[in-house]
Amino acid sequence: MKVFVAVKRVLDYNVKPRVKPDGSGVDLAGAKLSMNPFDEIAVEEAVRLKEKGIATEVVAVSCGVAQSQETLRTAMAIGADRAILVECAEELQPLAVAKLLRALVDIEKPSLVILGKQAIDDDCNQTGQMLAALAGLPQATFASKVEVVDGKATVMREVDGGLETLQLVMPALITTDLRLNEPRYVTLPNIMKAKKKPLQVLKPSDLGVDVTPRIRTVKVEEPPRRGAGVKVADVAALVEKLKNEAKVI
Amino acid sequence: MQRTEILERYGPRESMDYDVVIVGGGPAGLACAIRLKQLAAHFGKETSVVVLEKGSEPGAHILSGAVMDPRALTELFPDWKERGAPLNQPVTGDDVLILSARRAWRTPDALVPASMLNHGNYVVSLGAVTRWLGDQAASLGVEIFPGFAAAELLYDEQGAIAGVATGDMGIGKDGQPHAGFQLGMALQGRYTILAEGARGHLGRQVIARYGLADGRDIPSYAIGIKELWELDPKQTDPGRVIHTAGWPMDRETFGGGFLYHLEGGRATLGLVVGLDYRNPWLSPFEEMQRWKTHPRIRSILEGGKRIGYGARAINNGGINALPRLVFPGGALVGCEAGFMNAARIKGSHAAIKSGMLAAAAAFDAMELGRQHDELAAYPRAFEGSWLADELQRSKNFKPWFKKGFWTGTVMTGVEQWLLPKLGVAVPPWTLHNKVADHTRLQPAARSARIDYPKPDGSLTFDRLSSVFVSNTNHEENQPAHLTLKDPSVPVRANLARYAGPESRYCPAGVYEFVHEDGRDRLVINAQNCVHCKTCDIKDPTQNIVWVTPEGGGGPNYAGM
Repeated sequence: MKVFVAVKRVLDYNVKPRVKPDGSGVDLAGAKLSMNPFDEIAVEEAVRLKEKGIATEVVAVSCGVAQSQETLRTAMAIGADRAILVECAEELQPLAVAKLLRALVDIEKPSLVILGKQAIDDDCNQTGQMLAALAGLPQATFASKVEVVDGKATVMREVDGGLETLQLVMPALITTDLRLNEPRYVTLPNIMKAKKKPLQVLKPSDLGVDVTPRIRTVKVEEPPRRGAGVKVADVAALVEKLKNEAKVI
Repeated sequence: MQRTEILERYGPRESMDYDVVIVGGGPAGLACAIRLKQLAAHFGKETSVVVLEKGSEPGAHILSGAVMDPRALTELFPDWKERGAPLNQPVTGDDVLILSARRAWRTPDALVPASMLNHGNYVVSLGAVTRWLGDQAASLGVEIFPGFAAAELLYDEQGAIAGVATGDMGIGKDGQPHAGFQLGMALQGRYTILAEGARGHLGRQVIARYGLADGRDIPSYAIGIKELWELDPKQTDPGRVIHTAGWPMDRETFGGGFLYHLEGGRATLGLVVGLDYRNPWLSPFEEMQRWKTHPRIRSILEGGKRIGYGARAINNGGINALPRLVFPGGALVGCEAGFMNAARIKGSHAAIKSGMLAAAAAFDAMELGRQHDELAAYPRAFEGSWLADELQRSKNFKPWFKKGFWTGTVMTGVEQWLLPKLGVAVPPWTLHNKVADHTRLQPAARSARIDYPKPDGSLTFDRLSSVFVSNTNHEENQPAHLTLKDPSVPVRANLARYAGPESRYCPAGVYEFVHEDGRDRLVINAQNCVHCKTCDIKDPTQNIVWVTPEGGGGPNYAGM
């Protein structure tokens, strides 16, 4: 059974994002970029399936700039067997990524596709769902537990009211939530081994996909700074302030 | 669980053999790696070189002004411009200012020593330069492993250094391995080059073990605290380099401010404070915040926005405080040895040069089939280099300032301005430093308390909001990497006698004395640590020992 894992290179979660002075986007110059944490969970889950003897091959895929190769090397250091990069220097929006991944799914025909539920840079939470629709795969999003038996995936997912369990007939698609697993440390020997694993680089045109952005970014700005708090004397004063100053009740 | 016990249970470590193992992916370590590969390519040899970097990527832990003298870089890569090195902003002018609390006097150009003039140099982000050096090294075939800290020295049977081991990952706060535990890895090298920066923790062990500092001057240090600002477009002046002396430092405390205008409407600025300061109430962090309120500095920053923060200890003992540069199995390069030129307020050129010299010595030795011995050719080559010549000229800089601000200023004027005009490059006299920084503190009771103004949140800041913009993080569940030889000393000695100076000299708020249930206790917030090593240097009882945390932890400086 082949497992496909999609990974994205994003601004590292430790780094405080900074908006460019002209408001055109987040300034990535000189900042550390690393694998989207939800994708790391996706890779870990796929590798665990392989270690359990359920998956036979784990393929990591990324779409983006040439440096995304580093992110794919990390995926292979966690345990993916090989990697594919669809290299594109232009902005890639979720629909374009979903189309690129769909083209790869058509070629590679994996039994299971695992993605992070969303990327921590744009927080779109769209690619997995779009890919499932385009590729005609059953989907289970926000997975917190995955079991694969006899061509079926049983997925526990986190929903507003609690936990929901779905059973999917494979090939299927899963997006990961935070509690699915705790990714392992990437070890130095495994990084060394990952350098020798195969990494294929394609262009969007090789897959016949038009990646022209459909959405235009009008403006990016930081959230307004929170003012200092005040202490109120009693409940009446609190209610008065909430009503007339904050205008929330 | 002790390291030996962990090794017994989980070992042995996986091991890899290299020709040269380099600890630290800064300018010195990367220049050394690049030179080795260049020499190997030139002579058609296969030389394997590995660089370990504790930061999450090359440059993540680099903190420097920085005005860069391109001399050494040009020797390393004559075509650095074509290769896209991020030296984009030539220095356009120097202002050397003497500050009082309200006023600023600009030193006339004719009186500024040549060592302080930066014509031909560049205002850079040394972090960006380091990232670029990392890319160059990787493209030459150097194996760089960021996120892995060299935690332990490995010895051969003769007692020579034979490589390093990376730290174990996944040891909990309680010292016990947890579910994700991964044993470190051994990297064996014919030669091991230590390039950890000032006060490296493996370097300290090597210096002590092989007596490398015997007969040399006591090294002295400073702490540099820096911020990166995006300026109001009206205030930009790309390439202008400003240095200040005087206020807010008192007459007996060594220190000075810097403000360099970068390209792209940014400025990098900060304050350097000598760690030989005497008053335990002094807080370098707050002095730096206060320095920004000087009318001359405030006027530049108003309307701007702070976007980065960081701090790092700097060595400024000069050439006479350099330890012996080689030991059986390896060498010290860059700030690990202490090549910084304090009089010129720069050291990246010296770091690169020293890395290149060590590389040449190691390459020649390996050509002869040697390993694990002393690379005597490296200190010899250094003695004959322009770098030694340059450092000789400013050998007395810091020692003079140990005698106070006016003596330091006048004698620096004599040595750096007057004597060169008379044709004397190297002062005919030598001052020696015999006092370690940590011994200089006076008891708090005999020192004047300093009350610092409260931060305003737009020009001046507190420690925690500052650490926030350094993007510092450490895995929470790990033993504190700031270790105490004796846990009772902080309260018994440091707090009682010196009013807990660690809570003030630490620029990241790691050390906090709390009073609970009638008792004092030291809390160590190790996650905040920006790896500046100041505590390791200044702790009056030398009770604090800085060791490497899990690799990848620490600051993630961007554009610094």
